[in-house]
Amino acid sequence: MTAIVDYGVGNLFSLRSSLEALGDAPKITADPAEILQADRVILPGVGAFADAAEKLRTTGLDLVVKEAAAAGRPLLGICLGMQLLFEKSMEYGEHPGLGLLAGTVRPIREILTEAGADPEGQLKIPQMGWNALRFRRESPLIKYLREGEYVYFVHSFAATGCEDSLIADTEYGAYLTACVGKGNVMGCQFHPEKSGQTGLRILQAFCEMERE
Amino acid sequence: MITKRIIPCLDVKNGRVVKGVNFQGLGDVDSPVRLAKMYSERGADELVFYDITASAEGRALFTDILTETARQVFIPLTVGGGINTVADFDRVLKCGADKVSVNSGAIRDPSLIGQAAKKYGDQCVVLSVDVKRVDGVFRVFAKGGRENTGLEALEWIRRGVGDGAGEVVVNSIDTDGVKQGFDLEMLEKVCEVAKVPVIASGGAGKIEDFLTLFQSIPGVDAGLAASIFHFGEVSISDLKQAMKAAGIPARV
Repeated sequence: MTAIVDYGVGNLFSLRSSLEALGDAPKITADPAEILQADRVILPGVGAFADAAEKLRTTGLDLVVKEAAAAGRPLLGICLGMQLLFEKSMEYGEHPGLGLLAGTVRPIREILTEAGADPEGQLKIPQMGWNALRFRRESPLIKYLREGEYVYFVHSFAATGCEDSLIADTEYGAYLTACVGKGNVMGCQFHPEKSGQTGLRILQAFCEMERE
Repeated sequence: MITKRIIPCLDVKNGRVVKGVNFQGLGDVDSPVRLAKMYSERGADELVFYDITASAEGRALFTDILTETARQVFIPLTVGGGINTVADFDRVLKCGADKVSVNSGAIRDPSLIGQAAKKYGDQCVVLSVDVKRVDGVFRVFAKGGRENTGLEALEWIRRGVGDGAGEVVVNSIDTDGVKQGFDLEMLEKVCEVAKVPVIASGGAGKIEDFLTLFQSIPGVDAGLAASIFHFGEVSISDLKQAMKAAGIPARV
């Protein structure tokens, strides 16, 4: 059973449906015991980083997620859920994340400017749509994928300084972090539950993972 | 590189696709769930379901088929038609929609865009606009293109995006149904004012129309069409291959 952490952000319908389509029995839950008993844990999320981090803290689910990670449970953050795994985010101020992965979440526009990309500001922010993955490191999460497959992104911020966990990135003026993982802690900036067959194969790989 | 999206639009009435869709070798199909699956398998990047029902029973049937589709199809789903309040957003998002498009509802209550964007995020709110030239000015039309609202379209779009619309669908009434290509002149102007994704609609008759669209207006992110996909005049997989061959980024 996969626990989908329910802390009041985002629409979890598709995520649950995609796991069900893979034969998993996902449970959307805010119950610490249920999350800690699950075979694996997904941290979803859309919206603003500060709000989501605050909701995780006030519900105490931040500690539960950390405990699950420490216990070796496969943990997958999706979109904002992935960003929350990092040390901090610079989204409208500086906000601490869960600190499970090294790195900082920063505005895409800033990343582009630093890279000297898109000087005329032609690229739209958020990046919204299908973009290709470039592999940076082997990982069980992408074992069913070929490099260059397309996945669906919606984001205005991206993780930086995460070279030690970078699995795949995507080119949007500059290369942006798309997929990360270190041990049992993993994340996708894109939405695997909205990325057609490619996304389902990522979720399938995740569902096959057992506790370390 | 991010790809240009191809989006088939399905008009749904009382839970069935209006007129049905005639895929080669499959005959007439009017099940939205089956069609959504087929389009997804054939490379559609996203789907739009447009609810043209007016009755409460029809609405209930619509949310049923939306739920069923979202359980089986894992690409972004946008829902439009009959979206007048934040409660309408809630109703379709709970059934698995990813984005909600507003048209007449935003004309009646312009604060709807801001309210919905605040609650669900900009990425969730799509402003759909029916535009027609009247004495050389682009005007917003309501009621399926029958009523001139008097609103100036570019100003309306700028305002909607400012209020939080994360995407704009522009349907040109002048080119719709004519199948002589998209309304390039109008789309170019829209791209100048909208710094969010712009989806072109109205006028596609053949593959070349999409190639011309993406090649002449780099700011357009997606092309939307209905009947030419439904009746097999343009196959999505052929279209994607042609885009790739022409150097237009496409998910193939």
